[in-house]
Amino acid sequence: MNKGVAITGMGIISAIGNSVEENYISLIENKVAITRVENLTTIHADINKVGEIKKTNDDLISELELTVDNNFSRTAMIGTFAAKQAVKNAGITSINEFRTGLISATSVGGMDMTEKHYYDYFKHPELVKYITCHDGGDVADKIAEELGLKGFVTTISTACSSAANSIMLGARLIKTGKLDRVIVGGTDALAKFTINGFKTLMILSDEYNKPFDNNRKGLNLGEAAAYLVLESEEVVKKQNKKVLARVSGYGNANDAFHQTASSENGDGAYLAMKKAFEVAGIKPSQIDYINVHGTATPNNDLSEGRAIKRIYENEAVPDFSSTKPFTGHTLAAAAAIEAVYSVLAIQNNVVYPNLNFETPMEEFDLTPQTSIKNKNIEHVLSNSFGFGGNCSTLIFSKSE
Amino acid sequence: MKTYINGIGCISTQKTFDTVFLEEVVHNHDENVLKIVAPVYKDYISPAASRRMAKGVKNGIVASAIAMKDAQIELVDAIITGTGLGCIEDSEKFLTNILDNNEQFLTPTSFIQSTHNTVGAQIALLQQCKGYNFTYVNGAVSFESALLDAKMQIEESEAESVLIGGVDENGDYTTALFKLSGRIKPDNQQPYNLLDSSTSGAVYGEGASFFVLENKRKDNTYAEVLDIAIVNTLKENEIEDEVKSFLKANQLEVSDIDALVLGFDGNIDFEVYYKNLAEKAFAQTPVLYYKHLSGEYDTASAFALWMAAKVLKTQEIPEIIKVNSVTKPTYKTILLYNQLNGKNHSFTLISK
Repeated sequence: MNKGVAITGMGIISAIGNSVEENYISLIENKVAITRVENLTTIHADINKVGEIKKTNDDLISELELTVDNNFSRTAMIGTFAAKQAVKNAGITSINEFRTGLISATSVGGMDMTEKHYYDYFKHPELVKYITCHDGGDVADKIAEELGLKGFVTTISTACSSAANSIMLGARLIKTGKLDRVIVGGTDALAKFTINGFKTLMILSDEYNKPFDNNRKGLNLGEAAAYLVLESEEVVKKQNKKVLARVSGYGNANDAFHQTASSENGDGAYLAMKKAFEVAGIKPSQIDYINVHGTATPNNDLSEGRAIKRIYENEAVPDFSSTKPFTGHTLAAAAAIEAVYSVLAIQNNVVYPNLNFETPMEEFDLTPQTSIKNKNIEHVLSNSFGFGGNCSTLIFSKSE
Repeated sequence: MKTYINGIGCISTQKTFDTVFLEEVVHNHDENVLKIVAPVYKDYISPAASRRMAKGVKNGIVASAIAMKDAQIELVDAIITGTGLGCIEDSEKFLTNILDNNEQFLTPTSFIQSTHNTVGAQIALLQQCKGYNFTYVNGAVSFESALLDAKMQIEESEAESVLIGGVDENGDYTTALFKLSGRIKPDNQQPYNLLDSSTSGAVYGEGASFFVLENKRKDNTYAEVLDIAIVNTLKENEIEDEVKSFLKANQLEVSDIDALVLGFDGNIDFEVYYKNLAEKAFAQTPVLYYKHLSGEYDTASAFALWMAAKVLKTQEIPEIIKVNSVTKPTYKTILLYNQLNGKNHSFTLISK
């Protein structure tokens, strides 16, 4: 087994909590947060429930102590909120002391402001400041500025696998010695743009999402941000850092099948998992828990399930669950919040329940873990798949 | 493993396909937004497919096909793209439909294409490339992030060949917003000059520049990619030291650089970042610019890499891209530097 890259800090804000602790409590106490949307106006509010962070932009502005003339998108606000937590959690006091980078992820960046002010910019000069915050990179630039981070900053946008890819890039930059420390993760705020986009694709459920259930009807959208701090062995030793867990494996592959649908056999997902096992140097049977992508769309769960069956061939599939019934599908942030949940699973030796599950899918014999389960957890595999056939797998392992 | 540029393809606001180099370019002083010189799409994409495709997707497909043909390969191990705003016309279209029709009667096509990784995904789909596929969206360093990632893939033997590209397209409404916000120079201020500009904002453009990177030097190799550095925040007075330490890390000095390519975009507010280098440390070095030809956009620096690769191959610097009159007998090592509004600085070093 290969020694992975050390995770030394985490920060998160999601529908189920404003901190790592709050998120964990919600997960083990079945505190679901799928509700009617409150912070934005949409004609679909009554039908499509969402995983919404119950803080208004004004709440976030005051908690982040932003100036009145700030031009933060909601995506940047929740991103900054989570990134600051992660840096604090890692005990970092001097951000540029080592070669420190930031790799963020987002799907629609500052779309929440663009859609709110789109036709008003020409009439209201005071809104013009929001034009530049549309850009996906603006979110990372703002987080970097709030953290005082001056070095390497970039953003990945590969739809719903984005944050997995930012964690992957971060781990590679540490492994190759290009950075000593890197803050990785993703952020996406709810927007009318994405709500309507997924609605036109007819993959939004009007019920609570039920991953891997034969009668699943689609996903609930959510909003969240999460960041993890990865540090080199040198920094960990030098500062005697506590290692929460390690990123031991990662893989990205392309399904090359369809722009928005996954192939029936889950080729991309299969290849991504296979690569991740090679990088980690462990066998599939060593995985104790799979945090599946499990969006509860008919297409995803079938394709992902088939890919998992292919990986495990004749072996038993480990305990698995989707945490999206708790949080909704948080798009570019999903892999980051699920990375935090994976680390918490390792730290607390727990498998989270796959809520809302009733009937196994008829295509295969895969039954998710439906109640909380305590057992020793050494390795967690987390899948995230996005539009454009983008398939990513991360493996997290207990630190020795 | 070393990284070589073995194939290039460029669709830009100039005729940069089916040409030797820049022999057909025009320095347009009349427009503040330059439009793409379109290739013959039907030579690459069936008209039926082409009708549904976003401009950025079409240009990405053509530029990547030209680069692949130039490198004489049919398959790559990985595809990595950079884009500032993705297929912004489709974002505009979907958003306009949401707002104008009160969230009703929508169709998914423009939503799907608005996703930033559409270009990389469509190329993967066409080539049936199931390998690594990333898309970077960090303003002016979107393309350099892709380049850095690709170099790391090759260095670590994760891939032997990688297709990378920078692609952005103009959208009418976004262009109007950028004029309002000051990113684009105001209308009716002709002539639009870059080097002796006295106004804020840039002359804008669009384009798709793609490159095949491989771990082997071949007969058709343009250049070796020596190093890339990305720095989010630098003050004006920190640039020279940053450049020198970047060169030093590659065992080079200022005098080893045979040409310096700068991202002058005519924005007087941030010109000093380039001017200081051109007039001080690199006063004895041939200095080149390109945004008067390509226009400014998030991935315009990919056009610059295309240009630098051509300079190394042709050993010629066309008059139209010269900032000063310094020349060298041969051109071996080129440094590229770009930034936007004092943020997202990138340094790229290539060598023959």
